[in-house]
Amino acid sequence: MTDVSDATVTPIVRLRSVSKSYRRGGQIVPVLEEISFDIAQGEFLALMGPSGSGKSTLLNLIAGIDKVDSGAILVGGVDITSLSETELASWRGLNVGFIFQFYNLIPVLTAFENVELPLLLTSLSRRERREHVAMALRIVGLADRMDHRPGQLSGGQQQRVAIARAVVTDPTILVADEPTGDLDRRSAEEILHLMERLNRESGKTVIMVTHDPRAAEQARTIRHLEKGFLTDVAA
Amino acid sequence: MLLLKVLVKNAFRHRLRTLLTVVGITIAILAFGLLRTVVSAWYAGVEASSASRLVTRNAISLIFSLPVSYREKLIRMPGVKQVSSANWFGGVYITEKNFFPNFAIEPKTYLELYPEFVLDPGEKEAFLHDRKGAVAGRKLAQRFGWKVGDSIPLKGTIFPGTWQFVLRGIYRGAESSTDENQFFFQWEYLNETMLKTVPRRANQVGIYLLGLTNPNMAAEVSRNVDATFKNSQAETLTETEKAFQLSFIAMTEAIVVAIQIVSFVVILIIMAVVANTMAMTARERIGEYAVFKTLGFSWWHIAGMIFGESFFITITGCALGIALTFPVAKSFGQQLSSFFPTFNVVRETIYLDSAAALVIGLVAGIFPAWRAVTIRIAEGLRRIG
Ligand SMILES: Nc1ncnc2c1ncn2[C@@H]1O[C@H](COP(=O)(O)OP(=O)(O)O)[C@@H](O)[C@H]1O
Ligand SMILES: [Mg+2]
Repeated sequence: MTDVSDATVTPIVRLRSVSKSYRRGGQIVPVLEEISFDIAQGEFLALMGPSGSGKSTLLNLIAGIDKVDSGAILVGGVDITSLSETELASWRGLNVGFIFQFYNLIPVLTAFENVELPLLLTSLSRRERREHVAMALRIVGLADRMDHRPGQLSGGQQQRVAIARAVVTDPTILVADEPTGDLDRRSAEEILHLMERLNRESGKTVIMVTHDPRAAEQARTIRHLEKGFLTDVAA
Repeated sequence: MLLLKVLVKNAFRHRLRTLLTVVGITIAILAFGLLRTVVSAWYAGVEASSASRLVTRNAISLIFSLPVSYREKLIRMPGVKQVSSANWFGGVYITEKNFFPNFAIEPKTYLELYPEFVLDPGEKEAFLHDRKGAVAGRKLAQRFGWKVGDSIPLKGTIFPGTWQFVLRGIYRGAESSTDENQFFFQWEYLNETMLKTVPRRANQVGIYLLGLTNPNMAAEVSRNVDATFKNSQAETLTETEKAFQLSFIAMTEAIVVAIQIVSFVVILIIMAVVANTMAMTARERIGEYAVFKTLGFSWWHIAGMIFGESFFITITGCALGIALTFPVAKSFGQQLSSFFPTFNVVRETIYLDSAAALVIGLVAGIFPAWRAVTIRIAEGLRRIG
């Protein structure tokens, strides 16, 4: 095989000639054009670029919540572009941890229940689920808030619950779309720190979209996306 | 299960909205139940009619009578076990508002033909032995506070004069569908008076009631009876009791149809209301459903949560509506006992209530569920914030 940025590490994500366009009012608007690159196992990658450059679109494709027009995406050896809708759903449940800009917790559930949610799709017993959730909440430092509902937590705390929910299934990759976009400086730093720690201590592959240079600094690799093209091929 | 908790909690997120929707369904189911009960009360006489009884009336019209002499020929016809007769008396008790059906009957045969009118043996004897004796149904006696031994005057509208009767018995119905609102007295008393006052109207009966040895012979006996009196002074028309009752209802069929239509329109309206509530609710939560999908939940989880919420609301409203239907129908029945001798909530009405609730829940859930399932995740997530 060919162009791996760091030959000593196996790539966990491989994009091959990925193109994506949207239809808007009868016109086809190309967003990503023939993008190919690899993300190494254990990487902490920041995807940067101006608003509208296609960062979220690219992240959604890698995370399997959107479909490519052409090209292939391999995650952990699986070509996710060939999976059916239902296969893709269960693949996401097992392999991808999501962190969103607006946390996206379920408001009627407690922190504990929110974190437990992805585990309902696994074969874990009730007791095993409880242990996993407790552990995840301990990692993000919210063990004492597990009975609170999202509305009773600050933005930073909600995002930490979201991170606990993202890691509780021990996924192959963590994807984060502007995870600090809605937070104040201090909370943002806590969140970035937490992600950095997860990457360093447990070797999780993290792919983060941001347009905040200070957020990107926490990452090990930065790639720039501009008008659908990667402008820097190597880090 | 956690998803069950989500759907129940979701249902109570807009307390007022959910409450109003549930109340709406309760009222709709109640209205539907009452209207259906009116319809079934309308047909109660038909339901209560027996397959082994025939009614013979004047072929021209019900207002024309038949000679009492026909009785001898009728009782000798093959397949006929018993013959009785009744005259619509049309008497008024004190005022027109107190309407109830009253008949002059041939008492012994009549009570044999109608075992569903249950009389105490002592009261029955007293009635048969008193020319001016009368019996009234339980509900009718209750309505006017009559007791056995009371003297009851009826003002004649068809047969002039004020007629005095002595209440000799109060019958009760053997079935819940038996009409307990009627008043019967001896045809002999009527006829005796007619002989004295208007002799040309004497020796006439309104209708003959024939008891059959075998219900399967109804068509054959009817044909024979009508053939026998063909070309005589009063030709006859014989039909089953059911057909006879239906011919009465046929006159008011349009009203029944209108009530039936209204009852379904009520359900259609509440269906639109619930569908609107569910659509609003699901639209607000489209982002949350996108999150569930992102986390790996499948379309059936999403559809299950939306339909679950929809059914939760409709079934709650329906259960309350059904629970209220019984007491409300009871007090309705008491108010309207002169129009509807029986006003019972039949089992079929409850089945229809439940079916209506299921249809409402299903229809209300379809569009939001379809939206939430088919919307692209990226699109759904965009709706947050
Ligand atoms: N569902 C969609 N329909 C039409 N156009 C879209 C849709 N999603 C994104 N776009 C367009 O694609 C481009 C890239 O969007 P996005 O990936 O969200 O950019 P970024 O995250 O870098 O700001 C933008 O021009 C945006 O308007
Ligand atoms: Mg974006």
